[in-house]
Amino acid sequence: MTAPAIELKGISKSFGPVQANKDIALRVMPGTIHGIIGENGAGKSTLMSILYGFYKADRGEIFVRGEKIEIPDSQAAIRSGIGMVFQHFKLVQNFTVLENIVLGAEEGALLRTSLGRARALLKQLSEEYELHVDPDAKIEDLGVGMQQRVEILKALYRRADILILDEPTGVLTPSEADHLFRILEGLKREGKTVILITHKLREIMEVTETVSVMRRGEMTATVKTAETSPEELAELMVGRKVLLRVDKDAAKPGETVLDVHDLKVRDGSGVERLRGVSLTVKRGEILGVAGVAGNGQSELLEVLGGMREGKGKVFVNGEPLDLTGAKSDARTRRKRGIGHVPEDRQREGLIMDFHAWENVGFGYHDDARYNRGLLMNNDALREDARAKIEKFDVRPTDCWQKAKNFSGGNQQKIVIARELEREPDLLLVGQPTRGVDIGAIEFIHEQIVALRDQGKAILLVSVELDEIMSLSDRIAVMFDGRIMGERLPSETSERELGLLMAGITDTEHDHTVEEVEANLAHSSGKAG
Amino acid sequence: MSFLDIIQILDSTIRLATPLLLACLAGLFSERSGVVDIGLEGKMLVAAFFSAAVAAITGSVWIGLLAGIAAAVVFSLIHGLASITFRGDQLISGVAINFLAAGMTVLIAQDWFQQGSRTPALTGDARFGTIDLPFADALSGVPFLGPLYADALSGHTILVYVGFLAVPATWYVLFRTRFGLRLRAVGENPGAVDTAGVSVVRLRYAAVLICGLLTGLAGAYLATGLAAGFTKDMTAGRGFIALAALIFAKWRPWYALFACLLFGFLQAVSNRYSTLDLGIIEIPNAFVLALPYILTVVILAGFVGRAIPPRAGGQPYVKER
Repeated sequence: MTAPAIELKGISKSFGPVQANKDIALRVMPGTIHGIIGENGAGKSTLMSILYGFYKADRGEIFVRGEKIEIPDSQAAIRSGIGMVFQHFKLVQNFTVLENIVLGAEEGALLRTSLGRARALLKQLSEEYELHVDPDAKIEDLGVGMQQRVEILKALYRRADILILDEPTGVLTPSEADHLFRILEGLKREGKTVILITHKLREIMEVTETVSVMRRGEMTATVKTAETSPEELAELMVGRKVLLRVDKDAAKPGETVLDVHDLKVRDGSGVERLRGVSLTVKRGEILGVAGVAGNGQSELLEVLGGMREGKGKVFVNGEPLDLTGAKSDARTRRKRGIGHVPEDRQREGLIMDFHAWENVGFGYHDDARYNRGLLMNNDALREDARAKIEKFDVRPTDCWQKAKNFSGGNQQKIVIARELEREPDLLLVGQPTRGVDIGAIEFIHEQIVALRDQGKAILLVSVELDEIMSLSDRIAVMFDGRIMGERLPSETSERELGLLMAGITDTEHDHTVEEVEANLAHSSGKAG
Repeated sequence: MSFLDIIQILDSTIRLATPLLLACLAGLFSERSGVVDIGLEGKMLVAAFFSAAVAAITGSVWIGLLAGIAAAVVFSLIHGLASITFRGDQLISGVAINFLAAGMTVLIAQDWFQQGSRTPALTGDARFGTIDLPFADALSGVPFLGPLYADALSGHTILVYVGFLAVPATWYVLFRTRFGLRLRAVGENPGAVDTAGVSVVRLRYAAVLICGLLTGLAGAYLATGLAAGFTKDMTAGRGFIALAALIFAKWRPWYALFACLLFGFLQAVSNRYSTLDLGIIEIPNAFVLALPYILTVVILAGFVGRAIPPRAGGQPYVKER
């Protein structure tokens, strides 16, 4: 029997009082793609960071190819043939591809010789693994798919034969993700070992041979992918049965609530982020806006939410909305019955150092019931917060906790509780489940559907195609500041949406990955 | 304005640009590594004082120079300790260094020499002598170029030439060596450097030490080359002008040379004329002295191309989870 490429025994790691990894055991066989799945905060990334020498384990042993080794720093991991592609790329934006690849692995003190040798080796590697990139392109001019390839090449250049990828598809379109998986298959054929960390069940089922499940810092199971199902994996991850699909009845759309005509927005540096967007949302329906991050969806939410000025015509319940000037602020919007769950809850949705009860009241401070003459009626605010915390199952249930002490999912529940409880006519929701665990996702989706069923209009923006597909009653796809098309979820496919997200409206014919990427790089070059 | 006037202004431009240039390159190394340094002024000041004081006591300018460099390096290490090791606020540390330097130099000067917070005037070997470039005498007869070479370029102290040679040296180190690649990378994205297996802390300390060395040279030149001894607050904001030059130069060594020459020229002009008569209007020299700051604001406002500082500048490096 061959020795495992990686074997971990009894790995434990704590950050202060939080135990991120508890007595972890893991065996990864060489020449396989091994998935590690778990919710956010289950300890996957910590475990892999220990393997890459980014953190040091408190206890436990690491064996690489049967040999016990110590990994005190990344240099040691690299020497043992371990490479890592982080979720947030570790690239220097204004360096070229070549400079990024040699950084830290230069041969000799002068750059000329090391860059020359790297160029030759890079050419060879790109051909061998179909990882084509222009060595002289600047990173900031490349799309995320390309940047990811640079990260993979960086690892291969350091002669890694065990490659760890941390949530690699979070930023990719479906077709880019497919291409990535083909690259990973190619690496496997060459005898490399791939460890894929993800929270997406579909990916695990598609590409891995073995999958290990983590929950709350523990390794709960390792199973053969062929012998399991998404439902079983989800149950192992969460510790109870979960509903993977959203259970909802057909929409009963009523009259139009939001009517947007030719909306245009320029950002601070004068780049046009919205180039004439028109859409409508009716009572009792969810309009999902799909798109790769950075194609104008954020700006759309911000303009409608009153956080940014724009040009064009917007009507809410038939009444025009001011898009510039003093009356275009978020407060006026709230008074008009527009609720907003912003995309970045930590920066725009909450004040992290404030208590939960203070956060629950934000934006509605001038409400008569929270005020007593000149003073705030904090008792009323707290009482209200307690009720919401209970109703929305926020844990811990302590309204005196600071926002930053809640998990991602519970922070999001606080924001959603605040916005949904006002029963807005129109709810703007951005990335409602980003960084939220499966159990909370289920709950949040249920709440959004319940609001729809009360006859409210909902505009949902998400980069998670699964979420768009399962929640929306209609789907609009954005690319480069424009709506590329609208589809009904029942009449479209991920493939078709993926092409629209890359700006390709001719979805009847086949398109090569290169075409898709060329298009994406073009738009991100302009946007960046 | 005669030809002689022009030569004399150019001569003092070079002398006045030198401390700016050395300090500007010092700041360039530090900031390119991601450590913002507004303590250039303070470091120059301690270097000026210790170089002058030690030169006065020992009678040797070279020992003075070493003392000046050592003092600036110690102050750099304090800044490094605060901002790299303890991940403190780099601006606060820089401000503290400036205050500490301003107070400490005056106090020690009074204690050691009792001459009203100054060192005794330096003479002879306690000051840097001038160096004549080769053929300066022989060429001085050549029209235009002769005086330019013999009177403006030749006849400065060695530190002037060191300062100007530091420009190509900095460029070479930064853009042609492994150390330079890593230094630029750590100022842009320390995470990339860390995951590539290179120590962020060591790189930043190296940059801060180079910064100390160069501000040491700048301060020593002020007290032992440009002037003949230390006087209270003798840096007179040069550290801040150097910072302005650094922004003006967009953190690039060759641009830094031109920025410092320009700012040196403005100082030379305002030193020579109390008002500048341009025929139509008279410009007071205070305005000329303020020009470096005005130009920097213009640059920062993005009117003349954008000055993009190193992305990780000012942020202590903490490993992300």
